[in-house]
Amino acid sequence: MSEVQKFKVTIDNIAVEVAPGTTILNAARMIGGDVTPPAMCYYSKLQDSGGKCRTCLVEVSKGSEKDPRPMPKLVASCRTTVMDGMEVKNITSDKVLDARKGVVEFLLMNHPLDCPVCDQAGECDLQDLSYEHGTEKTRYEFDRRTFEKEDIGPYIQLHMTRCILCFRCVYTADQLTNKRQHGILDRGEHSEISTYLSKSLDNEFIGNVIDVCPVGALTDKTFRFKNRVWFTKAVDAHRDCPTCSGKVRLWMRGEEVFRVTARKDQWGEVEEWICNDCRFHKKETKDWVIEGPTKIRRSSVMSQNHYINEVVPQPELINDVIGKNPKLLFDIHSESDVNRPDVDLSKIEGPAHSNDFKKNKPE
Amino acid sequence: MAIKLLLENAHIEGIRSYDVYRKHGGYRSVEKAFKMTPDEIVEEVKKSGLRGRGGAGFPTGLKWSFLAKPEGVPRHLVCNADESEPGTFKDRYLMEFLPHLLIEGLIVSSFALNSNHTYIYIRGEYAWIVDILDQAIAEAKNNGWLGKNILGTGFDCEIYVHRGAGAYICGEETALIESLEGKRGNPRIKPPFPAVQGVWMRPTVVNNVETLAAVVPIINNGGEAYSKIGIGKSTGTKLLSACGNINKPGIYEIDMTCSVEEFIYSDEYCGGIAKGKKLKACIPGGSSVPILPANLLLKTAKGETRIMSYESLADGGFATGSMMGSGGFEVLDEDQCVVRHTMSLARFYNHESCGQCSPCREGTGWMYKILKNLEYGKGKMSDIDLLWDIQRKIEGNTICPLGDAAAWPVAAAIRHFRDEFEWHVLNPDESQKRNYGLAHYADPIHVPAAVG
Ligand SMILES: Cc1cc2nc3c(=O)[nH]c(=O)nc-3n(C[C@H](O)[C@H](O)[C@H](O)COP(=O)(O)O)c2cc1C
Ligand code: SF4
Ligand code: SF4
Ligand code: FES
Repeated sequence: MSEVQKFKVTIDNIAVEVAPGTTILNAARMIGGDVTPPAMCYYSKLQDSGGKCRTCLVEVSKGSEKDPRPMPKLVASCRTTVMDGMEVKNITSDKVLDARKGVVEFLLMNHPLDCPVCDQAGECDLQDLSYEHGTEKTRYEFDRRTFEKEDIGPYIQLHMTRCILCFRCVYTADQLTNKRQHGILDRGEHSEISTYLSKSLDNEFIGNVIDVCPVGALTDKTFRFKNRVWFTKAVDAHRDCPTCSGKVRLWMRGEEVFRVTARKDQWGEVEEWICNDCRFHKKETKDWVIEGPTKIRRSSVMSQNHYINEVVPQPELINDVIGKNPKLLFDIHSESDVNRPDVDLSKIEGPAHSNDFKKNKPE
Repeated sequence: MAIKLLLENAHIEGIRSYDVYRKHGGYRSVEKAFKMTPDEIVEEVKKSGLRGRGGAGFPTGLKWSFLAKPEGVPRHLVCNADESEPGTFKDRYLMEFLPHLLIEGLIVSSFALNSNHTYIYIRGEYAWIVDILDQAIAEAKNNGWLGKNILGTGFDCEIYVHRGAGAYICGEETALIESLEGKRGNPRIKPPFPAVQGVWMRPTVVNNVETLAAVVPIINNGGEAYSKIGIGKSTGTKLLSACGNINKPGIYEIDMTCSVEEFIYSDEYCGGIAKGKKLKACIPGGSSVPILPANLLLKTAKGETRIMSYESLADGGFATGSMMGSGGFEVLDEDQCVVRHTMSLARFYNHESCGQCSPCREGTGWMYKILKNLEYGKGKMSDIDLLWDIQRKIEGNTICPLGDAAAWPVAAAIRHFRDEFEWHVLNPDESQKRNYGLAHYADPIHVPAAVG
């Protein structure tokens, strides 16, 4: 009996054994694929995060082996820990899907939907969420809430109108910097992320709020409007940094480094925090030791970018999910004609044009 | 004459001062309690069947017995005096006129829960009551009921009054705790519950003002005697704050056996509908609970007389019943517009949402905007179904019950008064000039023979 006792939990009929204290969401992430609820506010690296956006709601149809009663309400999977013998329904529960549609509608209700001019487009969790779980149309017929754009320091711009109030940036500043200078002002639908007296945020780790922001509310001013993320190529690189691990991701176009971010894992979470110096000031290839191209999900719009000869992974099928047809992962290559792996963007001069992708170029 | 346990001495001149209060038997319960063990007091409260008077009606003795008792960690009692629910103003009366009753209840309860530092979290707008309470605390202290080694028992206790800044959400117990700690009043995500990790992560009990005041008669007369008053699981007496179109608005203490009809029409209580009008609807337990039309208010769907008890008010569930809630009894006469009333409640919840979770932050504002359109003759028929769908998507999906509290009044108004909403849509001009009126809302309801 040297093994620590594990809890068995079943999510959408798939069983997994996890350590006591694991949340339902993290148990689902161990299974992966479609049974993993979307999470817009939870961030495993930030203490106390989660519970707010309500996109990760699931139904607990059996509480535990000892107390099999179902839970009366849907619960936030990111903040509910598993019990031994618990049975959870995510995509097999109509109640969950219905509630989640509602949550997505609420989140989008006051969102400006200005994706065409938003730097986050292409790597935005809200875009992905609405694509997967939203409806085509909103029933909201009123004016949307707007805020003035705000510069919070020399490197970060806050576009509050896009914010979904996930609190991630607040926790990041709280837990990464020794003095948080921004937070949530006001209450209810007037709540806003801001600083008092337009104070600028100047802590050497504050740049990480850009990476944790699930939407385009906090953006990197050194990258603003420079390029669409899907026209840049992601490359993992490192440097000997006295402040942070120096392990970053460079977003390049040809030899030019357009943007430096932290590396993110498959759940879109930062692997290791990076410092402002690496993020905002090291924008030359000579600053970095390049490790190689980043592996990017095939389903991401970012992977339209030319890593020739990559093996196209087969979409994961979950055969055990009863009552639902497994959803095929969306392969952008087959959907759009501007996504041709054989066109190497880094070899095109200037901004790419749809003509560059035409099969028969009209010269 | 009904039994009075809390307001028995409320009419006595000068009862607010310590000397008069003491002369009329004040602080006897503390003397008695100090001869008991804390566990015996908890047992007595359990026996009394006392249920929380803050809104949820959770059995107080049970709540107390859940309090975690880790070695070496202080525990706290917090009195919830945030009373901000529209229509509820009973705690204000208690604190304003009988401050020593609350202090007495707090000392006994603090002893039972071993809380050496007890807090009264009071709504910011009750500014003058803070002075009244501070004075009562000072008097109690001067007379040896508070401080170190009270009456030589070795028990230390201090009571602090903490003013809120005027947010309804700070009445929710975990938001209250955050606010008490000096933080933004956002509800916490539970678990952990306050009984395990409350103020400064220490085990904490949060109770309503009236709940803690009721501990005094329970100790004085015994839990057994208290439990004999009332009916079923509605034991003891309950304070109601009656308001709206009635002849005698005010605070009434009832023993939960009188019928709703008697409460509204008898001269002892509300004294009937003002100006000889007819009763149209009523919210029996504060703005968060479902509104009922006159016919379902006076009789249950089974045709039985509805009485003012926790069980009877909730008879029929949300389909045909309501709740005791916090005891804010709001009466609407035939001239009142349910659409307008629902709109103003929606505005309240929209304004008071803390904004943490998306369904409540966004949904409350959306409902308010739609209701405003409906009220001002700009509504569409589909808006009514949309409202229903929005409230359904808020309810149960939020961090704290404010989301539910915002959803329920809208749901109940549509459930019972749908034709009034439709009338607003179909008669946009007329609805701006006159009200829908009583319509059929007081007509006797047909009781199907099969229901029984
Ligand atoms: C939005 C909201 C507001 C509340 N406001 C109050 C209040 O003003 N006073 C109160 O006693 N309880 C209020 N409550 C209920 C408290 O959370 C808690 O249940 C109560 O203080 C427990 O005391 P009791 O057991 O004595 O009723 C509120 C709850 C919610 C969700
Ligand atoms: S600015 Fe971004 S990270 Fe911060 S709360 Fe808003 S959405 Fe979340
Ligand atoms: S339900 Fe409303 S008040 Fe309660 S936590 Fe959520 S946003 Fe705040
Ligand atoms: S991720 Fe769980 S509530 Fe936001």
